[in-house]
Amino acid sequence: MRYNILIGGSAGQGMDTFSVLLEKILKRKGYYVFSNKDYMSRVRGGHNFIQIRFSTEPVYSYDDELDIIIGFDQNTVNFHSDKLKENGVFLCDENVKWEDNRTITIPMLKIAKEIGHARVFGTVGMGAVLKILGMSDSKVDEVFETKWEKETSESNKEAFKRGYHYVESRFESKEGTAENTILINGNQAIALGAIAGGVSFYSAYPMTPSTSIMTYISSKETEANLVVEQAEDEIAAINMAIGASFTGVRTMTGTSGGGFSLMTEALGLAGITEIPLVVANVQRPGPATGLPTRTEQSDLSFILTASHGEIPRMVLAVKDPEDAFYQTVRALNIADKYQMLVIILNDQYLADATQTVDEFNFDNLSIDRHIATASDIDLENYKRYEVTESGITPRVILGKIEGLTVIADSDEHTEEGHITESSEVRIEQMQKRMKRMDLLREELIEPDYFGDEDPETLLIGWGSMYGGLREATELLQKDGHKVGSLVFGDIYPLPTNLLEQYSKSVKTIVNVEQNYTGQLAKLIRQETGIHCEKNILKYDGRQLYAKEIYSRIKEEVL
Amino acid sequence: MATDIKLFNSNDENAWCPGCGNFGILNSLKKAFSELDLLPHQILISSGIGQAAKTPHYINVNGFNGLHGRSLPPALGAKIANKDLKILVTSGDGDTYGEGGNHFIHNIRRNLDITHLVHDNQIYGLTKGQGSPTTAKGQVTTMQLDGVRVDPFNPLATAITMGATFVARSFSGDVNHLAHLIQEGMKHEGYALIDILQPCVTFNKVNTFKWYKDRIYKLDENYDPTNKMEAYKKANEWGDEGIPIGILYRNEDATSFVDRIPHLRDGKPLVDREWKPLDAKKFMEDFR
Amino acid sequence: MNYNILIGGAAGQGVATTGKILESILKRKGYFVFTNKDYMSRVRGGHNFTQIRFGNDELYSHNSDLDIILAFNKETIINHSSRLKDNGIIICDYNIDTDNYTVNKLPLIETAKDVGNAKVFTSVAIGAILKAFDIEVNNTTNLLNKFFKDENLINLNYAALVRGYDMFKNVFTVSEPKLINKDTISINGNQAIALGALAGGVTFYSAYPMAPSTGIMKYLYSKSNSMNILVEQAEDEIAAINMAIGASYAGARSMTASSGGGFSLMVEGLGLAAITETPLVVVNVQRPGPATGLPTRTAQGDLGFVINSSQDDLPLMVISLKNHQDAFYQTIRALNLADKYQLLVIILSDQYLADSSSTIEKFNFDDIKIDRNIAKKNNCKYSDTYKRYEYTDDGISPRLIPGNHNNITVLADSHEHNEYGNIDESKKNRINMMDKRMNKIKLVKKDLIEPEYYGMNNPETLLVAWGSSEGSIKEALELLSKENVSIGALVFGDIWPLPIKKMIQYSNIAKTIISVEHNHSNQLAKLISQELQIKFTDNINKYDGRQFSGYELYKSIKEVL
Repeated sequence: MRYNILIGGSAGQGMDTFSVLLEKILKRKGYYVFSNKDYMSRVRGGHNFIQIRFSTEPVYSYDDELDIIIGFDQNTVNFHSDKLKENGVFLCDENVKWEDNRTITIPMLKIAKEIGHARVFGTVGMGAVLKILGMSDSKVDEVFETKWEKETSESNKEAFKRGYHYVESRFESKEGTAENTILINGNQAIALGAIAGGVSFYSAYPMTPSTSIMTYISSKETEANLVVEQAEDEIAAINMAIGASFTGVRTMTGTSGGGFSLMTEALGLAGITEIPLVVANVQRPGPATGLPTRTEQSDLSFILTASHGEIPRMVLAVKDPEDAFYQTVRALNIADKYQMLVIILNDQYLADATQTVDEFNFDNLSIDRHIATASDIDLENYKRYEVTESGITPRVILGKIEGLTVIADSDEHTEEGHITESSEVRIEQMQKRMKRMDLLREELIEPDYFGDEDPETLLIGWGSMYGGLREATELLQKDGHKVGSLVFGDIYPLPTNLLEQYSKSVKTIVNVEQNYTGQLAKLIRQETGIHCEKNILKYDGRQLYAKEIYSRIKEEVL
Repeated sequence: MATDIKLFNSNDENAWCPGCGNFGILNSLKKAFSELDLLPHQILISSGIGQAAKTPHYINVNGFNGLHGRSLPPALGAKIANKDLKILVTSGDGDTYGEGGNHFIHNIRRNLDITHLVHDNQIYGLTKGQGSPTTAKGQVTTMQLDGVRVDPFNPLATAITMGATFVARSFSGDVNHLAHLIQEGMKHEGYALIDILQPCVTFNKVNTFKWYKDRIYKLDENYDPTNKMEAYKKANEWGDEGIPIGILYRNEDATSFVDRIPHLRDGKPLVDREWKPLDAKKFMEDFR
Repeated sequence: MNYNILIGGAAGQGVATTGKILESILKRKGYFVFTNKDYMSRVRGGHNFTQIRFGNDELYSHNSDLDIILAFNKETIINHSSRLKDNGIIICDYNIDTDNYTVNKLPLIETAKDVGNAKVFTSVAIGAILKAFDIEVNNTTNLLNKFFKDENLINLNYAALVRGYDMFKNVFTVSEPKLINKDTISINGNQAIALGALAGGVTFYSAYPMAPSTGIMKYLYSKSNSMNILVEQAEDEIAAINMAIGASYAGARSMTASSGGGFSLMVEGLGLAAITETPLVVVNVQRPGPATGLPTRTAQGDLGFVINSSQDDLPLMVISLKNHQDAFYQTIRALNLADKYQLLVIILSDQYLADSSSTIEKFNFDDIKIDRNIAKKNNCKYSDTYKRYEYTDDGISPRLIPGNHNNITVLADSHEHNEYGNIDESKKNRINMMDKRMNKIKLVKKDLIEPEYYGMNNPETLLVAWGSSEGSIKEALELLSKENVSIGALVFGDIWPLPIKKMIQYSNIAKTIISVEHNHSNQLAKLISQELQIKFTDNINKYDGRQFSGYELYKSIKEVL
């Protein structure tokens, strides 16, 4: 059993609240929920929509075929009616007109006014939706009660009831059975990972779609005893984070698009000063301002070489909310272990997509700071940038050890941290820093593989393409195709074992990416010489979904 | 009580020109630290890029010599991370008022408890003599051969207007005066800006040691540094009419940045925060 | 015949000026001269040196073996005497405390004082050097004019030259200069770019001072009044690039330049130029990073970054400069291509090229064209409103200058936009606009210049290099050819989009392919692997902030072979 609902309207109509509540009710009823947002870069007006997909089985991505459309504005008809299934339902208020026998019109606003709160008109629709789906009204009250004060909650309960009884059931729904799950989006998962992973200081500048990481961490500032600083610009944000990390706390910053571009100089600062730093880049389509509220995976090539000169860096892309949580914790630990820059790549699709996932396991997480104390070092001869065999020098917290001062420098520096122009020292320090790239190879996680054991066609993707590829692979396998998919999380340095292994036996390799030039395929060619003969690329700001991948593979590849 | 001033000596070779005003500033810093009874590990100096920004190398305290124009943000991060550190910023006029102009403005709003020394020689030194944000209009430089076309930035008037809580000016040629101001700035619980007039012996042939010496005068006991309007007037005195040095404006009533965050104010420094991943488990309730 | 002179001392001792005077005398005497500078990021002290090579054949790079060391301090002798040839000589003032037996201690300062000013001791030294080569000091007063304004100083320096000449002995034999009365120029890389910009019609240039790119701004500023152009020193690099984009949008041919972190700060602006299809030339004079790195030294460490700089995929062209001629002509070409395709063109230079000067044939201004590719009103298909981003067959929309036409307004936008320049978030529009912009990469491929090939016809070993490495590659090849090594080299100037014909051709012939780059991670080699799946047998890298000399590279190649 799997249903797909779309809620459409203009900014300011309360669709966000509507969908958050509906998702929560469905989740509490034990369903696996997946919802994604499509909104325009404006505060009022325009047309936004949210799609909620739910099932008794886990759901990994969104789909374009709809069972129910809830239309808060006429644009919903214009833009989405063609996606409604034959037996689907179009639910709307009297103000929206669609001459179609699938339409159910409810006087939502009128009912809401009768209750005495025009604002609860959406809740009338929500009641109707649950009834149409053939569901009971269980869990509704508790969700409303946690959301609102008593009075508001009562009005909404009333509105829900009125809507529920206004319509007949159209679908049958099995009981949901999911237990010990949470409903979380990609950015929230990164934020929760950051908090769990011991981030004490987070600095950022508001920039869609990365802002909600800052918002969530900030909401826990007092409770978790950490500090979030809204900087005057992205350059300040990253330099603050570097200053705080230098001083000994775990720090992180996050941004998107042009904000990341502004941070590029400071990436080099973190690199040359060997200061641990995690930067989350929630990608959106560019260039420049581009499409601020939409999705793309188009910053990979940029991030691999961003900042002048050469620095060691690790780049990992998150695949779903669960991955986002655990990888953020891992990134923080790796940054401290190797005193280096780790960049987490997310994108707007995953940032804003909410998904039911297993509860996170906090028990096995650890915070590994790798900080030396006075007893670990030789106080007399301590040098912050001493050349060691591994390239990693013990790092102490400044100000804590009497008689010991630490200096970090953005110029090329000696082992003591002082400016140098010596050719020999330059070479030594450059090699010291770059050695991390070899050390990192020991840490790498190979891409996920799913599909045929002996595939003829290998699909390659990364990050948020995980969900779509997973479902698409299943669909293609059902059609009898020998297909498998490799989805990269760790991207740089590039893990190559599985790639080399599968590329030997397959006939065709296809990269599936959300960008114009096939950025992962370029990296793979550069690092391994393996060539993706075909590619499925999309760069219109909307995420590829399973059926789209499936049909494009059928048309363009198989 | 004073700590041994020699503790602050660095053995890094100095790259400043002989006669550079930076030496006076360096000596004032050491004197101030010693007289405040501080030890090297308790202090952090953050800087950007330029000749002034090399200061952290020539004094034995913790140092963060970061990017051009970015001396303030790391200082903010460091202060939040460890509120017990005494933090100073040393950078030039180009670094602070030009490249780092946005940070300058917004850190005034924060009233962060740091002491900001701007080595103001009214010229770009390290890049060999172009006009800086404080170079006089019309002054001929190695690049602006027909004179600088734009008006100079007035840092003190800007700071006072923006609500800075400690605004001062000193002269690199008067170590005692500057050392005293640095101490006052460090005692001030909030952001302390000290713009330091400083000759550039190589590239600024106008604003020489003598030029400053002939024009500066010290604000006396009769001057009331809590009077903002008076301070604004003083900040606009410049050139042949005389240049006031001393504390132009001081407001001890404002809350410093760290104290605006209750859990940071009342708790241990963030660097000593105790935290386990399990402590975050409760936040999962937000997603049930 | 070619000789190599090093002049070393602390910052502030006059090393650079002494070098310039000697260089211009040698050039005026009719020799080919190649000078490079090694200086520290400080105003006083430290150790700086200038190396001057001169001879009767064209010179492409510096050399490490020295014939004369002129030392203004002891450190110069300590640092460089190991590079002195067996028959080389060291000259210094007799007050310098050294026990090196090869040193010729001369009364430089005493003589200068005797002439009338201790400061002219450097000219005494130049006189002595000229004597060592038996090059006469006559006819040099008019050269001194260029360096000193004061008549008295000119006379003092000339007197010092003569005294120095008379004081020393002849050591080396030089052949008759070939370039007597030939019309050559001596110019460094930054000056050549600046002169190219002037010739190419740049009317607005904005930048922030940043070594080693500042020389471009300085030269342009010095000509701004006479050439009727505007040079603006911006408050930071972000302002610099945004100003240049604004000026270009408004119709002025504009350019900006930076180095290191300054370029990093410009990357967001690069995306703005791309999405608004505003023609823009950005020069990146590379220096070693990361961050502040080594501000006054050289590197080719920004190639990977520059090709992919700014978020998302965008069309851009990257041209690296191989030599001083290139610096001039490629700057003009970059300006024309930027206008032709309404494109971002990035010129990659580096500190080595920027600060080294070379005797070269004078530039040919006669054939230079300025192609603005600005549309006329009646070429635009429009009804009510002008479409700045109108779809055309090749994707290049007719560009009108705002304010020049009645009732026409021009809208540029950093968002994804439609043909009018208005914000548009629709799928179809996004795809069309992306395709329109990215198609420029295809168009510009028609204009690409293939890399230069040097060496044997069917080489067993192929060297692959780019930009300013050209000089040392050419000299290393000459040395190798004397030993009959089967080797050749491709040196890329145009680098993105990557010209592929010769690379494919020679990679099919050569058994071994070796990259030669002044960076740590083989950035060109990576790019070639990415584009052509060609694997490199070996990589020769140098990333200590100094340029390979021909001989040094020759030795590195021998080690690898």
